[in-house]
Amino acid sequence: MDSTSLFGILIASLLINNILLIRFIALCSFFGVSNQMETSIGMGLAVIFVMMMASAVSWLIYYFLLVPFDLVYLRTASFILTIAGLVQLEEMYLKKYVPRLYRAMGIYLPLITTNCAVLAVAFLNIDYNYNFRQSLVYTFGVSAGYTLAIILFAGIRERMALAPVPKALQGYPIAFFTASLMSLAFLGFKGLFGL
Amino acid sequence: MSLKNDFLSGLIKENPVLVLMIGLCPTLAVSSTAVNGFGMGIAASFVLICSNLVIAMVRKYTPDQIRIPIFIIIISTFVTITDYVMQAYYPALYKQLGVFVPLIVVNCIILGRAEAFAYKNRVWSSTLDGFGMGLGFTLVITVIGAIREIIGNGTIFGKAIFSQGFQPAKIMILPPGGFITIGVLMAFLHYFQNKVNPR
Repeated sequence: MDSTSLFGILIASLLINNILLIRFIALCSFFGVSNQMETSIGMGLAVIFVMMMASAVSWLIYYFLLVPFDLVYLRTASFILTIAGLVQLEEMYLKKYVPRLYRAMGIYLPLITTNCAVLAVAFLNIDYNYNFRQSLVYTFGVSAGYTLAIILFAGIRERMALAPVPKALQGYPIAFFTASLMSLAFLGFKGLFGL
Repeated sequence: MSLKNDFLSGLIKENPVLVLMIGLCPTLAVSSTAVNGFGMGIAASFVLICSNLVIAMVRKYTPDQIRIPIFIIIISTFVTITDYVMQAYYPALYKQLGVFVPLIVVNCIILGRAEAFAYKNRVWSSTLDGFGMGLGFTLVITVIGAIREIIGNGTIFGKAIFSQGFQPAKIMILPPGGFITIGVLMAFLHYFQNKVNPR
């Protein structure tokens, strides 16, 4: 399997290098909003939506604005401002034209500005030298992987709320142990395709 | 007295990682060895101290509505400086930390301290708060890195400490080991807190 083919990129970003469990990006939201299944689904959908837009726009900005004008050193500042502005814009657009979608994921949109996964993907697209199509596929894989992991984790945590847990382990510690076991399971995908 | 408090609270009582639960991503991702953890801690502390200093300086001229974009621009300036200095002088470390160096800009610790402390306090106490928080972060990330390096690789700061017979548990330097280490640390913290003041 060629690791630069579109399908290879998709599987690698979705499972093998899962952004939450293997690369450790965006953990704050992973532990923060995964208490309930419903909120995790909302957050996952919002991340897919914002991440696709953000990485497309920042790819275009990097190759059509920063590189030609020799301004590459501004990429950190320009990416984060782009993302912050974009999230604001999307929020206003959804509120006006797609109110149902807005109600479903409205409160999660502002939270995403500080979700490091969105910025990380924008950087990784540049670091891996992906072309536009590859970067879109990669972004979709990453955000779908995020959604997959957070929904699975929320399912486990909902069950865990009813389980008798030792006092010192209640709350976050047991959540970390659970995440560790999930991460172990995802390590198993490493053998896939020998990527 | 209160200046001393500003400094000490970040170190233990309000330790950013273990108590406030922020800044988790870099803590887990780059702490596979003690050196990486220490490097990341220093880089983040530098950004934190400088941005706290500057934000406290300009807070009187900052309009309330657009304070977040202003914070972000100030922070990203210092992140870019760190990025380039590291690339020039510590290329090996830079390669290890990878995308996590530019990601300091969205590190919740830094924006959180800007919003919660530097925007409301004087220059001097904000700088000390930056020092305290930075030191607390560096301490935790280095300790986690050291634990993972000792168990997972049998070395500390790159030096072997066990005799030939030691079988390193590889799992500790892989991603699951990071989750386990911080889970255990946090469980110990809860345990002792419960002992000191039982609810």
